[in-house]
Amino acid sequence: MITIFGIPLQAFLGQLLLGLVNGSFYAILSLGLAVIFGLLNVINFAHGALYMLGAFLTWMGLHYLGLNYWVMLLVAPLMVGLFGILIEKFLLKHLYKLDHLYGLLLTFGITLLIEGLFRSFYGAAGQPYSTPDALRGATDVGFMMLPNYRAWVVVASLTVCFITWYVIERTRLGALLRAGTENPRLVEAFGINVPLMITLTYGFGVALAGFAGVLAAPIIQISPLMGSNLIIVVFAVVVIGGMGSILGAIVTGLGLGVVEGLTRVFWPEASSTVVFVIMAIVLLIRPAGLFGKEK
Amino acid sequence: MNLQRLGYLIALLLLAAVPLTGIYPIFVMKIMCYALFACAFNLLIGFTGLLSFGHAAFLGGAAYATGHAIKMWGFPTELGIGFGVLVAGLLGLAMGALAIRRSGIYFSMITLALSQMVFFFFLQANFTGGEDGLQGVPRGTLFGLIDLKNDLNLYYLVMAIFVLGFFIVWRTVHSPFGQVLKAIRENEPRAISLGYDVDRFKLLAFVLSALLAGLAGSTKTLIFVSATLTDAAWQMSGLVILMTLIGGMGTLVGPVVGAFIVVLLENKVGDLGAVLTSWTGIEWFQRLGESVTIVIGLIFVICVLAFRRGIVGELIAWFERRKAIKN
Repeated sequence: MITIFGIPLQAFLGQLLLGLVNGSFYAILSLGLAVIFGLLNVINFAHGALYMLGAFLTWMGLHYLGLNYWVMLLVAPLMVGLFGILIEKFLLKHLYKLDHLYGLLLTFGITLLIEGLFRSFYGAAGQPYSTPDALRGATDVGFMMLPNYRAWVVVASLTVCFITWYVIERTRLGALLRAGTENPRLVEAFGINVPLMITLTYGFGVALAGFAGVLAAPIIQISPLMGSNLIIVVFAVVVIGGMGSILGAIVTGLGLGVVEGLTRVFWPEASSTVVFVIMAIVLLIRPAGLFGKEK
Repeated sequence: MNLQRLGYLIALLLLAAVPLTGIYPIFVMKIMCYALFACAFNLLIGFTGLLSFGHAAFLGGAAYATGHAIKMWGFPTELGIGFGVLVAGLLGLAMGALAIRRSGIYFSMITLALSQMVFFFFLQANFTGGEDGLQGVPRGTLFGLIDLKNDLNLYYLVMAIFVLGFFIVWRTVHSPFGQVLKAIRENEPRAISLGYDVDRFKLLAFVLSALLAGLAGSTKTLIFVSATLTDAAWQMSGLVILMTLIGGMGTLVGPVVGAFIVVLLENKVGDLGAVLTSWTGIEWFQRLGESVTIVIGLIFVICVLAFRRGIVGELIAWFERRKAIKN
């Protein structure tokens, strides 16, 4: 059997793939956080809860309405996005003139509310969701057996990340968004409806979280607390990457997922803390983050 | 402000008289413990303008350290508390030194991430007993003289610790050091231009806050004779923010009032749910007791949107408005 540093190749590649899958979630979630932060100056703590909502909606769609995975892949992010628009319109909007900390506190409260509600209805235990038929099984790619669903998660999230990057960096709409980040009042003076843009941006950012939730549904236990534990790691990812660049968020997310996967191979006990350790090191060497600019 | 001193004195006498009234002493001790925790947290958010989202690490860290030192190493109680406070202080030094390298919202995210790292460490380490936590920590005796197994004796020890902690916060806020902290809160560039080494002041405030939060954690171990993972979890960091927010950030008494309300809520929401069920006939309210998070989340949202000064803050503002009208 082929081994790498005494680890069987199969196990090594398996963990690497798992790392890539986790990295895709980090990438897509930190991307959403970065997009929202850019325009709203709000760190969206509720991102984790909305990711959980996406997964739960997927499960509820199948369980109550018989809607399959592919329908929910479209519907769940839309619903999460709409919910986000409501949050922005009725709650977040009133805080923009205040210290940014209040945005974090408000979204933290919303997180507790959503999680508490789901826990009171579904308990703390996880709900299982089976992998859609088309993506069951594994493909032999020569050096390893590649589980189809995991490959799909990586491909789907990278595609969404790429589209987001393209829209923001290469289209007129994206140019307006970036201008709004730099100087909202000037953009408004050009006749652009900035408040609407802000609302839609928040909706889009949380829809990304909802999308990640759908992708995650078949590979994890869908439980009310699944989001919060993840979002704290994503915060560390965001600190490591810095929120200045879209591409930076994607690359950092993927990279840290892989590092975490490799740690699970060589030193399993440290795998849950390695991202935080890297954050501490980055803070010591480059406080603004790998892709951030010092303000 | 002699009226203020009189107020403090009356509060002190009332606190000392609580065991005579037949109120369950553990309940009041829990309030004092959380109040001290919230006062420590308020020293940062209220008087230095730093929102730490990781204070559970200090509460939990000190709780485990004290529990382990007393139970496994046979430390006498007072040394066990001291050890817990020391551990919290060292944790605060390490976390603070990293977190103050960024400001604003990043500071909060970094403290949250670091405290989660501490949480995972406690989850995996052998000495913490994992999910079960440390159980059956002996309370021991104070200086080998006073038996702390007696709830009444422990009550007065906890009260002394709480009053001492409150006094330290009060003294800090009213010292020249506290004035510099407030200057940093109001206008950091200005404080720098006046020649203050802002980072050192921030770090000192952070460590002081961690030490006091640790004192609360060590005391908590003695009260409940256990140290568990809940003390170190991020929900606890959120809870202490809520206590301070409800009571009033940047007021001295606010966190105490907030702690009182939150502990009351935690213990009584179940009863409230039962009452609501009997009124409305909706079964779901029965389960309110199990999901205090919903209520806490709701209060969080309301406080942030409409009630940012908190109870004590609103009272102070009301008095000042009245004074302004009179003049």
